[in-house]
Amino acid sequence: GPEGPNLIEEIRGAKTQAQEREVIQKECAHIRASFRDGDPLHRHRQLAKLLYVHMLGYPAHFGQMECLKLIASPRFTDKRVGYLGAMLLLDERQDAHLLITNSIKNDLSQGIQAVQGLALCTLSTVGSAEMCWDLATEVEKLLLQPGSYVRKKAVLTAVHMIRKVPELSNIFLPPCAQLLHERHHGILLGTITLITELCERSPAALKHFRKVVPQLVQILRTLVMTGYSTEHSISGVSDPFLQVQILRLLRILGRNHEESSETMNDLLAQVATNTDTSRNAGNAVLFETVLTIMDTRSAAGLRVLAVNILGRFLLNNDKNIRYVALTSLLRMVQSDHSAVQRHRPTVVECLREPDASLSRRALELSLALVNSSNVRAMTQELQSFLESCPPDLRADCASGILLAAERFAPTKRWHIDTILRVLTTAGTHVRDDAVANLTQLIGGAQELHAYSVRRLYSALAEDISQQPLVQVAAWCIGEYGDLLLEGSCEETEPLQVKEEEVLALLEKVLQSHMSLPATRGYALTALMKLSTRLRGDNKLLMKSPGSTQRDTPIFHLLRAAILEKMPLVERGGTQDEEAKESKEAQLSEAALVSTEPPVRRPEAPRGRGLGRASTPSPAPSALSPSCFSLHTPASVPNLRVFEREGLQLNLSFVRPPETPALLLITVTAVNTSGADVTHFVCQAAVPKSCQLQLQAPSGDTVPAQGGLPVTQLLRIFNPNKAPLRLKLRLTYHHLGQSVQEIFEVNNLPAETWQ
Amino acid sequence: MIKFFLMVNKQGQTRLSKYYEHVEMNKRTLLETEVIKSCLSRSSEQCSFIEFKDFKLIYRQYAALFIVVGVNDTENEMAIYEFIHNFVEVLDEYFSRVSELDIMFNLDKVHIILDEMVLNGCIVETNRARILAPLLILDKMSES
Repeated sequence: GPEGPNLIEEIRGAKTQAQEREVIQKECAHIRASFRDGDPLHRHRQLAKLLYVHMLGYPAHFGQMECLKLIASPRFTDKRVGYLGAMLLLDERQDAHLLITNSIKNDLSQGIQAVQGLALCTLSTVGSAEMCWDLATEVEKLLLQPGSYVRKKAVLTAVHMIRKVPELSNIFLPPCAQLLHERHHGILLGTITLITELCERSPAALKHFRKVVPQLVQILRTLVMTGYSTEHSISGVSDPFLQVQILRLLRILGRNHEESSETMNDLLAQVATNTDTSRNAGNAVLFETVLTIMDTRSAAGLRVLAVNILGRFLLNNDKNIRYVALTSLLRMVQSDHSAVQRHRPTVVECLREPDASLSRRALELSLALVNSSNVRAMTQELQSFLESCPPDLRADCASGILLAAERFAPTKRWHIDTILRVLTTAGTHVRDDAVANLTQLIGGAQELHAYSVRRLYSALAEDISQQPLVQVAAWCIGEYGDLLLEGSCEETEPLQVKEEEVLALLEKVLQSHMSLPATRGYALTALMKLSTRLRGDNKLLMKSPGSTQRDTPIFHLLRAAILEKMPLVERGGTQDEEAKESKEAQLSEAALVSTEPPVRRPEAPRGRGLGRASTPSPAPSALSPSCFSLHTPASVPNLRVFEREGLQLNLSFVRPPETPALLLITVTAVNTSGADVTHFVCQAAVPKSCQLQLQAPSGDTVPAQGGLPVTQLLRIFNPNKAPLRLKLRLTYHHLGQSVQEIFEVNNLPAETWQ
Repeated sequence: MIKFFLMVNKQGQTRLSKYYEHVEMNKRTLLETEVIKSCLSRSSEQCSFIEFKDFKLIYRQYAALFIVVGVNDTENEMAIYEFIHNFVEVLDEYFSRVSELDIMFNLDKVHIILDEMVLNGCIVETNRARILAPLLILDKMSES
């Protein structure tokens, strides 16, 4: 109407959300006023405006009563907007909707098709169970009266009523037989939907309708053979929507039922071969046909036909078709494995799909198709995929390869190579047990020890960042280091490795800030094992003149690590440590973020027993970087941040030059008072833009008279170079009191984060 | 079953919304925003079907408008894809090359057309002449 466009124009003219709100509020006030005292002749226009406003997301509930009034009006234009309004604004939760029941009843029995259509449409959208009870007989009457316009809507309204009140199936089942003889496509479509709904709800109905399978087959056959002369043709396919609906019903009726499946066998083959596949409409029908073949007791030949159709779909340029093909093949791969195998090359091609939802399906399908005869070729394809696949598929791809390798590895060496390659490519995405599995695999393959240690050494020398790889390599070097240094291995490139190179590499791992505590544990164990076996003319092992064995650098290395670790062990073992670490990681302050979850524990490698030092992997989480001074720390001055009754807290900072985003803070607690500080716990919090990892402290007692300080390492990752803030919370017992101190470190030097 | 039928433009403004299964009013805007975001983030190399919460979304773009249909998993995606085009062809016929403005200024008529095609989440009529017949009659009635 004349007023409508103005509103829309005004809304379009609004430049900001606030402006739009203003326009709408003004208009709603106007609409409300007009509902109250406006001309009833224009009410429908006002409601129409309100519906527009409602679509934009603004509240419009005050229009509900207007809908009722309009529906009750004799004018068609009023009813039209009223019913539409009811569909959009009303739902079961409002009492108002029940009030339209009478109007609907009247309108349904009036005999004016357009009005009946409106009433049915609204009834089938918002009709509550109560309303459905009330109006069921009205709708039933309309099912069999002459006008097709109303009948097609009545049938679908019946579907809604059955969904709301299943008992009404009794009323709506009997008319179906007659309705199925209709030629009007709209009525047929609705009837098929109604029968489908009845069958899905009741096994008795399902049994009952199996009788009509021959009839359905006939209807579908007529559609398929009629060609493009009908009024419902789309892209040369007769009413694809009706075909799809019939196929779906046949699927439900034929499922687990030999006789019905047999009755439809020929027809399905006919549809499969006669449907024009050049356009989407035909392919939609073909797709539904494949689904029906898959899900019913089809003859073997028909099933193969279905799989081949899907295989052809995979080659189609249309990605939508490839998508449904991949999804369907995935469903069939277990039941029709050999048929699907024939399309393996095409499936593998689909790994390269740019659409991640397709490549994910292709991955799943590829993994399902790996068997002992194709494992080498398939693994090769999957490994290349792993190198370039989207990040969210890496974990699945990596674990899929590892699983396939485990099941079908042709040789042990191939198996080791495969795992090695996965660890190198996607080490961070493998599951925790990959390390243990590989160490066990290597351990159990004596003939491959020399090969494994050489390959792992080379891999490690190239890259020490992939933690699982580093862990396995460190373990292997520890176990078979002598094979690495002496002797040769035919299967690898000749490799001359000197002792000091091996030790230097392990030391590099130990000191790297990329190494997790678990990894350090492996490296340390390896060093310890090697130190008992090596010749000793290495500077790490060398003593300075006049000193004893115990003064060698390696001994100090080990001792520092062990000493720092021991207090933790005294406290009662791994579970304590873990709980402690996680508690320390929490700080209940709203503005600042808490720390990372506790570091995962390493797997104890399955050791070999005699002759090898089978030490359980330690978890030396308290290795302070100050032990190893290979790097000159960026010279940031130390900071005293806290002092109370003799307890002092100092912070020292290290910014490792190769990882500028990383800041290492060593917190040192010293006690000059006459009484021990006990139960000392330090917690920390940093801004959200940073990541904090607290490592376990060296102890929780700060001994009196300036005894051995307690130290704790904080690792802060600050990639955005955001101004650093640090909040500390201390709790401890001292001089007979429980103390809690929370404070922010105010004077952090800018060099800690710039 | 069709759960909802949306027409949303590239700026995220909803031009038509029809829900066949009740969704709370306040959740609708959020749903529409998320749906359009999913569609806008797709490239032309990606297929037209998106898995979205417990729906499947089938979408097609016509100029600046996205038509997005949310269905449950019993629906044939390709048939719905075809249906969307069927709907647009009907609009094209009625409005003679339909534009976004046509839809905005004739929202009630678009609703009527959609209601002739989908009832209660089920497709009821796809024949263009039959869909438009009642509307054309009524137009004639209001002219006279």
